[in-house]
Amino acid sequence: MWGIALLVFREVLEAALIVTVVAAATRGVARRGWFIGGGIGLGVLGAVLVAMFAGAISSAASGVGQELFNACVLFAAVLMIGWHVIWMSSHGRELAQHMKAVGGAVQTGASSLTLLLAVVALAVLREGSEIVLFLYGMVAGGADGLVRGLAIGIAGGSTVGFLLYFGLLRIPLRYFFTATNWMLVLLAAGLASSAARYLVQANLLPELGNQIWDSSWLLSNGSVLGKMLHILIGYDAEPSGIQLIFYAVVVIALMLGMRLMGRATRRASARRAGEAASPIEIDATA
Amino acid sequence: MKRFFLAVLFALPTAVLATDVPMYTLTIKNHRYEPTTLKVPADTQIKITVVNKDSTPEEFESTDFRREKIVMPNGSITVFVGPLKAGQYKFFGDFHQDTAQGVLIAE
Repeated sequence: MWGIALLVFREVLEAALIVTVVAAATRGVARRGWFIGGGIGLGVLGAVLVAMFAGAISSAASGVGQELFNACVLFAAVLMIGWHVIWMSSHGRELAQHMKAVGGAVQTGASSLTLLLAVVALAVLREGSEIVLFLYGMVAGGADGLVRGLAIGIAGGSTVGFLLYFGLLRIPLRYFFTATNWMLVLLAAGLASSAARYLVQANLLPELGNQIWDSSWLLSNGSVLGKMLHILIGYDAEPSGIQLIFYAVVVIALMLGMRLMGRATRRASARRAGEAASPIEIDATA
Repeated sequence: MKRFFLAVLFALPTAVLATDVPMYTLTIKNHRYEPTTLKVPADTQIKITVVNKDSTPEEFESTDFRREKIVMPNGSITVFVGPLKAGQYKFFGDFHQDTAQGVLIAE
């Protein structure tokens, strides 16, 4: 039972961390609970489907189907997070002002929210399909304590997610969306770096240098903290050159996007409001 | 970047076929690796085939050399590894970590 709980916990935790960052980043947006819940539901459904077709995926594209599938899922998530982050750099200020003034939910950004729903779904799908395959094996092998193990694992993983979420809520509203936006940027960069690693594993990309540094003496990839930071900011104790390049490209592209978008809206709103200074300053690019 | 990625995708079959790297095989049976120790040349890219002779899925994984790939029941997969610096690198079966353990020695 504990073996089952442990594996389920690890996979749920990985998905929960991503869901948590998304949940924090959409704070104050109306109906976001539905979007996140819907994303998780779709992800679970997708996980079962992916597990069912795991054999077909595995043998596709002369045996590199799994790597291509994972890389595509990850790149899709990167694009969607990127879009949201850039969108937020023009709307984050508005959102925070609204929340401060009204104290309630903001009716905005349905399209950007749909993208984040997809990010949640993809995260759950990726980790969930591993759980499904694992449980399938356990059922076939006649393991006992399946349901209890599953329940403990899900409860444990989600608890850590909730703790992180409530921790994030303690960030003052003034800096809140700046902080969550940066978390999304690093999340996206880390996912892109993981995608690169899959393509290297399939020999579709060159490594451009193996083990550029080795910080496993400090924090190993296998440790719980190492794994959490791997998801949250793309930490890797022994990264390859190509991973660093993918990471840097995403960070730089999103920073440029946020800066350009933020500047354009600032100019537009300044024109509209005269020189009236806003009571709170939320600068996603700061 | 997207275009670059597409180009990579189209170059895929040739990239896979064109490789001529040392190959090694690991077999999973009763949730154990055979052999449990695999000696490979350091600073050389290698190819590892993992054959799963069990009737349950397994995930070939290493956090040391950062590889993970599901191996379906009675199926096999191939991953490219390295070039690795000389040293020991653990690998395991993610779904049966209590038994499926092994080590890759690059020298």
